[in-house]
Amino acid sequence: MHTFILERPRDLAAALAFHAQAGRNDAPAEYIAGGTDMVQLLQEHVRRPERLVSLAGLLDGHIEAGPQGLRLGAAATMADVAVHPAVVEQFPVISEALLNSASPQVRNQATMGGNLLQRTRCPYFRDVGYAACNKRSPGSGCSAIDGENRWHAVVGTSDDCIAANPSDLAVALVALEAGVELRGAGGQRFVPLIDFHRLPGNTPHIESVLEPGEVIAAITVPASSTARRSHYLKVRDRASFEFAVVSAAVALDMDGGRIRAARVALGGVGTKPWRVPKVEAALAGGSLDPAVLRRAAALAAEGAQGRGHNDFKIELMQRAIVRAIETAGARA
Amino acid sequence: MAKLHISTTINGEPIEFLCDPPQTMLEVLRDQLGLTGSKEGCGSGDCGACSITVDGRLVCSCLMLAAEAEGHRLETIEGMARGDQLHPLQKKFVELAALQCGICTPGFLVASKALLDRNPNPTETEVRYWLAGNLCRCTGYDKIIRAVMEVAADMRETAR
Repeated sequence: MHTFILERPRDLAAALAFHAQAGRNDAPAEYIAGGTDMVQLLQEHVRRPERLVSLAGLLDGHIEAGPQGLRLGAAATMADVAVHPAVVEQFPVISEALLNSASPQVRNQATMGGNLLQRTRCPYFRDVGYAACNKRSPGSGCSAIDGENRWHAVVGTSDDCIAANPSDLAVALVALEAGVELRGAGGQRFVPLIDFHRLPGNTPHIESVLEPGEVIAAITVPASSTARRSHYLKVRDRASFEFAVVSAAVALDMDGGRIRAARVALGGVGTKPWRVPKVEAALAGGSLDPAVLRRAAALAAEGAQGRGHNDFKIELMQRAIVRAIETAGARA
Repeated sequence: MAKLHISTTINGEPIEFLCDPPQTMLEVLRDQLGLTGSKEGCGSGDCGACSITVDGRLVCSCLMLAAEAEGHRLETIEGMARGDQLHPLQKKFVELAALQCGICTPGFLVASKALLDRNPNPTETEVRYWLAGNLCRCTGYDKIIRAVMEVAADMRETAR
């Protein structure tokens, strides 16, 4: 690791005053919470901040469930949220996404806020031996577009970056129309999670709407008619401790055998957590008949662009949607 | 640059150490405190050979900055035996030869203890799932899983 100054502020206000910023490689100061991703990035010299500001003990870690829905303090760990009774019963897609992420050790350390801000697994981003990475070094080019891009995104991409967002949790949360409470020196604001991550465009080094001196304080998940019958399907190269090749988060409101309303989001295929409203609209009012589901799922492929090694994801994500809906639909 | 002064508790003993900001907990345990039972396999949280508990929670010490130990209670493999008296998991690993080269063993023992502390009656599937953060390239896992299952059964018997 490069040398950095570690700040251990007494309270959140002092931490915000350092104006650190998550998810930008050109930020001179960055926050650290659970550290499971940050320490790796520091070890690999992907991040070389001058200053690291520790949020240990400064953020809310409570999990609250009520008639309005769920509120997850940013410091709540993946492990605690995954087994919280209200999450398991009322928002199973969140629990499943978390229990299919990482390992017991990492889930004990990693936080909600940090999970949403973890950096891409693009091997070119993670290996400083490759000079060209627009996300790591703005303007340096993209090694993945003509490289080994089996793991990369097929939607939301640009000519500058095709790195996939790696979070399972974020996919489940986007399907449930979650939001994030941000806290900064200037006060508090609320951002729907779907608007929190930025598309790469020609600035792939800026990953979220966070301003300097702003942190995620909490995640809110509204109560809904669909959350209880929800499911997270993760397709990956091995059965545990692996990121998604493709994943689908679905939530259904059923009226007998008919879908009253559906929420569908995809992981492993997007440069950000990817909700598919057209698929949702096509599913509404329909049955669980496989042919019907298949037709709706096909709409997810609209605008998708493979880059060679990842072409298979376009077909696989449609199948994942169908399978996930069948599983969720079969739930009581 | 000035070192950071950290006060913590390791295996029940109050410990103070000085560290640089980039040092991980694993580095301090091994290189400064002489607690070399925790191993560095991958250094990136994949293999679990560096597993310790912090306030009773199983974590990878390679993914933890040493400075973050301030005020917390750490347990390492060195705290598992009571003097010469091995923990039942350690005895069973020896008895069933649930190890070959041994590099992963401290991590597996710490992780297995953390598992049994919270779930004294795990199914085989649960044992395999909750040990998924620990890699072993020698045993093929079967002996490790069997050892944990047998210890769980023995401990339930003793508790009865």
